Amino acid sequence: MQLIKGKGFRGGVHPPDGKELSRAKAVVTLPVPEKVIIPLSQHIGSPAESLVKVGDIVKKGQKIGEAKGFVSVPVHASISGKVTAVANFPHPAGKSLPAIQIESDGLDEWAETVKENPNYKNLSPDKIKSIIQDAGMVGMGGAAFPTHVKLSPPANKKIDTLIINGAECEPYLTADHRLMLEEPTKVLEGAVIVAKALSIKDIFIGIEDNKPDAIKVLADAARSYEGVKIVSLKVMYPQGGEKQLINAVTGKEVPSGGLPMDVGIIVQNVATVAAIYDAVRFGIPLIERIVTVTGSGVKEPGNFRVRIGTSSLKLIEAAHGFKTEIGKVISGGPMMGMTQYTLDVPVVKGMSGLLFFPQSEVKSYTPEACIRCGRCVAVCPMGLLPNMLGIYAELERFEDAEKIGLMDCMECGSCSYVCPSRRPLVHLIRYAKTDVISKRKKAA
Amino acid sequence: MSDERLLTLSSSPHIRDGSSVPKVMHTVVLALVPGAAMGVYLFGMPALVTILLAIASCMGLEAWMQWLTGRKITVFDGSAILTGLLLAMNLPSSAPWWLTIIGSLVAIVIGKHLYGGLGQNIFNPALVARVFLLISWPVQMTSFPSPKALAGADAVSSATPLTAIKMELMSHKANIDITQLPQPSTFDLILGVHGGSLGEVSIIALLIGGLYLLYKKIITWHIPVSFIGTALVFSAIMWLVDPMKYANPIFHVLTGGLILGAFFMATDYVTSPVTNKGMLIFGAGCGFLTILIRLFGGYPEGVSFAILLMNLATPLIDKLVTPSKYGEVKGNG
Repeated sequence: MQLIKGKGFRGGVHPPDGKELSRAKAVVTLPVPEKVIIPLSQHIGSPAESLVKVGDIVKKGQKIGEAKGFVSVPVHASISGKVTAVANFPHPAGKSLPAIQIESDGLDEWAETVKENPNYKNLSPDKIKSIIQDAGMVGMGGAAFPTHVKLSPPANKKIDTLIINGAECEPYLTADHRLMLEEPTKVLEGAVIVAKALSIKDIFIGIEDNKPDAIKVLADAARSYEGVKIVSLKVMYPQGGEKQLINAVTGKEVPSGGLPMDVGIIVQNVATVAAIYDAVRFGIPLIERIVTVTGSGVKEPGNFRVRIGTSSLKLIEAAHGFKTEIGKVISGGPMMGMTQYTLDVPVVKGMSGLLFFPQSEVKSYTPEACIRCGRCVAVCPMGLLPNMLGIYAELERFEDAEKIGLMDCMECGSCSYVCPSRRPLVHLIRYAKTDVISKRKKAA
Repeated sequence: MSDERLLTLSSSPHIRDGSSVPKVMHTVVLALVPGAAMGVYLFGMPALVTILLAIASCMGLEAWMQWLTGRKITVFDGSAILTGLLLAMNLPSSAPWWLTIIGSLVAIVIGKHLYGGLGQNIFNPALVARVFLLISWPVQMTSFPSPKALAGADAVSSATPLTAIKMELMSHKANIDITQLPQPSTFDLILGVHGGSLGEVSIIALLIGGLYLLYKKIITWHIPVSFIGTALVFSAIMWLVDPMKYANPIFHVLTGGLILGAFFMATDYVTSPVTNKGMLIFGAGCGFLTILIRLFGGYPEGVSFAILLMNLATPLIDKLVTPSKYGEVKGNG
C-alpha cells in the first residue's frame, strides 16, 4: 500500500462544502418501510421490463424487472411482500415514470436466489461480470451508468488501471465519506473483485483531503492489499468528475468524445464497489444504499442506509422533519443535483443525497449581459468557452456551439457558479445540447 | 409539513459564489480611490470638482440612455461611476466643466450605449472619451497644472516628464540629449509630484489599488505583467541603443498613464480577451504600442492609443486564442 498525492486538474471551483452538517453522523439503518416504489428506470439506458403483476408475492432480492438490451439493468424487490401496483409514479428525474409498488408483509424474507458464495475469491472474470450484471449494478455516484457495460471493454482495449472514486466533491454529500470510514474492507474487497474481473494490477483510491479520517482508515486497511494506492486529492470541485479524477490521479486525459477505457482506465464509485462486494460474495443485488439527508431545512441531517424505493418522506422523518418552510428539494448535491417537484419520491440507485433548502436560501437571479470577465473560461474543467456556448445557445446558433465543444460539457456547473452576471450558463448549454442530440437522432 | 406548491424547480447549479456586476464594479472603484485621493491632494479642489462632475454626468447620462432605449435603469450598478471616475482620472485637474461633460457624453453615449450598453462595447468608454477630447481640444487637454507642492500659491502649468522629452526630441537640435532635462526624481515620480492627468501621477497609490484588485481576484496578473513587462523590455532595448535619445525603462514605467492603464484600463473585462493566453498577448501589445508611440509617434504619451488599438484586436485574439480543450492534448500514447 502506498499513500500518494494527487496531481490536480485544470479549472474548478471551491464552493463552501456544507459537509459539517452530516460528516460526523454515523450511518443509521432505517427500519424496513411498509411500502416501496421501485422505478423500472434507475439507470442510463433502456428501462427494465416488469416481470411481475399486481397481486404477485415477491421476496427481498427477487428480480422484478428484467434488463432490456445490453445498456440496461434489472431491478429487484427491496422488501418482501405483495405487488400492489405497476404504474407511473413520481421519479426523482422530474416526471412520472413506470414503477412497481410493493407492500411489505413485515417478514423481510430473502429470495432463494440470494445465497452466499463461500468460494467468491476464485470466481472467473466472466462469472464476476455476469453476477454484477444480474445484480442490477449501476454507478452509485449519481450518473447511474450500468456497471457491467463499463466492465466490458472491446477486446482491443487493454485496461490496466482501476480508479475508485472516493472524491465526493459535491458539497453537502457525506454518504461516501461515511461508507469509507465505516466499511473500508467492503470498499477494498469490492475493488479487488472489479480488478480481478478485468485482470487489473493497479488500483488507486482517490479521496479529497477534506476527509483525512477516511484517507487514514483506508490507508491502514489497505496495508494488506497489494497494488492498492490511496491518493490524497487537494479539495477542488469537480474532482469527482470521471475525467477530472483520471487527470488528477494519473495525469492522463481521456480523448475528447472518448471513454476512460481509451486510456486504459476504468473508474468506479466507492459505493458501487462496496455493493459489488455484497453481490459477488453474498449474492445480494442492489437493493439498498446510503443517502445523505441534509441542508439547513432539516432538523437533524444524517446519513441513512435505506432500501431502494423507500419514500423520501421516510428520510425526512429520519432527519426529524423540517425546521422551516422548504423552498427547494434537490436529489444529489447543489452543483449537479436535480430539483424535485414533490416531497414524495422514491430512493433510486443513483441517489446519493437529498438536500433541503429553506425558502430563505432559495434565490432567483435575473441574468444580465455577459461582461466578458472570463471567469467561466478560467474555471471550466473541460477547457471550454462557457461564455460563448451561452451566447450561441441564446441566439440558437447550435451548430456554432457544437463546433466549440458543446458536447464535451459535463454540466458540472462551475461556470454558472462563478458568473457575476448570473447567467444560467449550464441551463443554456443543456438547451443547446437537447437540440443537437435530437438532430443527431433524426439523422441516425 | 411543507407545501409542495412552494417548491422551486430550477436548473443546476443551485448555489452561486455571491459575485455580481455591482460588486465587481464597486471593488474597482474602491481600488481607484487611493489614486484619485492623491490627485485631489496634489492638485486641490479643481481635481475633486472634475471627479465629482464626471461621475455625476456619467451616471445621469447612463440613466438617460437606458430610459431612452427602454432598458432597465441600472445606474447604481457601479459601471457608470467607474467610467466617470476613470474619465476624470484621465483629465487634467484644470479641465473646464464643459470638457468634462462632453467627455462623459462621449464615454457613455457613444462609447457604451450606442454599442448596446454594458458588455457590448468594443472600446474602453473612458479612453474613447479621453482620446476624443485630446484630439478635439489639445490645448485644454495638455495644460497640466503643477502639483501644489511645486507651484506654491499659483498653479503654474508644467510640462509632463514625457512632454519634456518629446519637445527635446522635436527641437531639431544638433545634439539631442534628454539626460540633461530637468526631470522629477524617481521618488517624486513614484509619489506623483509632477504634472499630469489628475489620476495617473501617483504610482504608489495606483499600485496599492492594483494589488488590491489582484488580491480580490477581480483581475489576474496577466495583463498588468505583460503590459508593464513588455514596456520595460522594449524601452530598455532602445535605451541601450541610445540613452541620449531614449529614456530609461524605469522612467517609462513610472511616467504617463502606464500604471493606471495597465492595472485599471487595459484590464477592463468587456474590452480585453477572456483567456489567460489572450490576455498575455493583449498586454504585450499594449506595452509595445505604448513605447512605440512614445518613442516614435507624434504624441508624447501612447497608453490610451495603445489600449484602444488592442481593444480593436480583442475579438480577433479571442477567436484565435482559445483554451486547449480537455482531451485534445497529445502524448496520451
